[in-house]
Amino acid sequence: MANTRFGDITRNGLWDNNPGLVQLLGLCPLLGVTNSTVNALGLALATALVLTCSNLAVSLIRNAVTDAVRLPAFVMIIAALTTCTELLMQAFTYELYQILGIFIPLITTNCIILGRADAFAAKNSPAHAGLDGLMMGIGFGAVLVVIGMLRELIGSGTLFSNMQLLLGPMASSWTLHPFGSDYQGFLLAILPPGAFLVLGLLIAVKNLIDARLAARAQALAADTPKVSRRVRVTGVIE
Amino acid sequence: MALLRITSPHAHGRNRTQTVMLHVLIATLPAVCVLTWLFGWGTVINLIWASALALGFEAAILALRGRSLAFFLQDGSALVTAVLLALALPPFAPWWLTLIAVGFAIVFGKQLYGGLGQNPFNPAMLGYVVALISFPAAMTSWPAVREMAAMTQGAVQPTLGLVDAFIRIFAAGQGLPDAWAHATALDTLKINNSLTISELWATHPEFGWLGGRGVEAVNLAFLAGGLYLWARHIISWHAPGGMLLGLALMSLLFWNGGGSDSNGSPLFHLLTGATMLGAFFIVTDPVSGATSIKGRFIFGLGVGVLVYTIRTWGGYPDGVAFAVLLMNLAAPTIDYYTRPRTYGHSSPSRGPNLGN
Repeated sequence: MANTRFGDITRNGLWDNNPGLVQLLGLCPLLGVTNSTVNALGLALATALVLTCSNLAVSLIRNAVTDAVRLPAFVMIIAALTTCTELLMQAFTYELYQILGIFIPLITTNCIILGRADAFAAKNSPAHAGLDGLMMGIGFGAVLVVIGMLRELIGSGTLFSNMQLLLGPMASSWTLHPFGSDYQGFLLAILPPGAFLVLGLLIAVKNLIDARLAARAQALAADTPKVSRRVRVTGVIE
Repeated sequence: MALLRITSPHAHGRNRTQTVMLHVLIATLPAVCVLTWLFGWGTVINLIWASALALGFEAAILALRGRSLAFFLQDGSALVTAVLLALALPPFAPWWLTLIAVGFAIVFGKQLYGGLGQNPFNPAMLGYVVALISFPAAMTSWPAVREMAAMTQGAVQPTLGLVDAFIRIFAAGQGLPDAWAHATALDTLKINNSLTISELWATHPEFGWLGGRGVEAVNLAFLAGGLYLWARHIISWHAPGGMLLGLALMSLLFWNGGGSDSNGSPLFHLLTGATMLGAFFIVTDPVSGATSIKGRFIFGLGVGVLVYTIRTWGGYPDGVAFAVLLMNLAAPTIDYYTRPRTYGHSSPSRGPNLGN
């Protein structure tokens, strides 16, 4: 890995190399559970937790396992961490655990986690690897939550409904109705095609922002003169 | 239109996109008249509202994409999409339903793929399906026919006045009779499991002469429009012929006679639902359908078989929109295996041998 500065790792995970919008990894949960904010946030936290811990663990054992057996070792670590997360969710957020269902065990097979373990954590120090896992997890989780909020808002006209499943009784009155309570709901947004559409639009927005930023940077670069100019009062500056 | 033929001779004529679209619009006129006579002014209001929306959405997206507004708006393709969608939607679809359907058809179905000629799916059917799966209640409220008021002794009151139609569409029908919608013949046949066909016909006003009451006349009007397009060489017979043949063969095979488990006669299926609209105005789309002559026939045949499959064993009473979208997916593959023989070559290059 070329970039091992903490700032670069953060920027990569959150924006430049975002797992959800650029690498397009982990699409199965990204599209499968984002039909409400609470589902998306629940899976985002679980994935980020597993990703951070697995990166840290893989980085710690990176000099002890040989190349030939590294993948089975990584998968064992990830599976163990996923099981821990699953048990935690069963203990504290049982209803949400039942709603998310198969997607919690499926964190094991999430390409982001094995991808970061093999591509980054296996080659970098624990501090760098842990930060990379955390930032990738937050980047992925942010995309999940944004898609979840948009789909919930368009699909059922609510925001933050059923948050008590994740955050306890204090969140039970958080439900918002931005369009009023007689909004009919746009069923397509909650169905699988809605997930693809919202993800596609988010990618388009990100590309648009990147293109604008690049154009601005180019304009700035073009403005700075390449050679020193002498002050002239006649003729054309070459 | 240049898209209709791909092999030489490349005939040059006055068949510009605009002319083709104009003929398609003319061909829908009989059906517009029949629909308006039978179901009231909703169809006309829907048509105007959908056309205005389609031009608005098209202009907005073209401006965003930095394309020439005048050139692309003049070709009339957005107008045709809007008209076909308005004819497919229930006549008193609320204004926001038409807005969503047209917006989806033009923005997502057409412009995001690159505009006219680039869309893999039929935009009108895409808009229809989005509306159907998102708002099933509004999409299945098909109004009662004119003569049903007398047949049911006033229990069902069709909405026939112009002002009433406006109230239905733009004000959610406030103050108007509640019993204005009625089950269609396909609905009734789908849920029927106790009456024989002759009993159904005798007891339910939605069954007409051969097909659905009123709907059979609409289908004949679409057939007339289609024959006009065929006579003007705007469409070839292959895709519509294939679809009607597929539907007729399937309904003949699985007819099951006149008992209570009958699936309806071939004539019933040909003259009910969106059969003729689909056959002559939807599967003939030169962009999202197959290109070669043989390909178009296979494309139509697939649509016909799928329409019958959805009607008889699927979850929806009619299935033209779903069938067309599914076959749109298959159209590139059909073209891949049905390329015609090029002049001067002894055998066509198609399928895995393509390009050899």
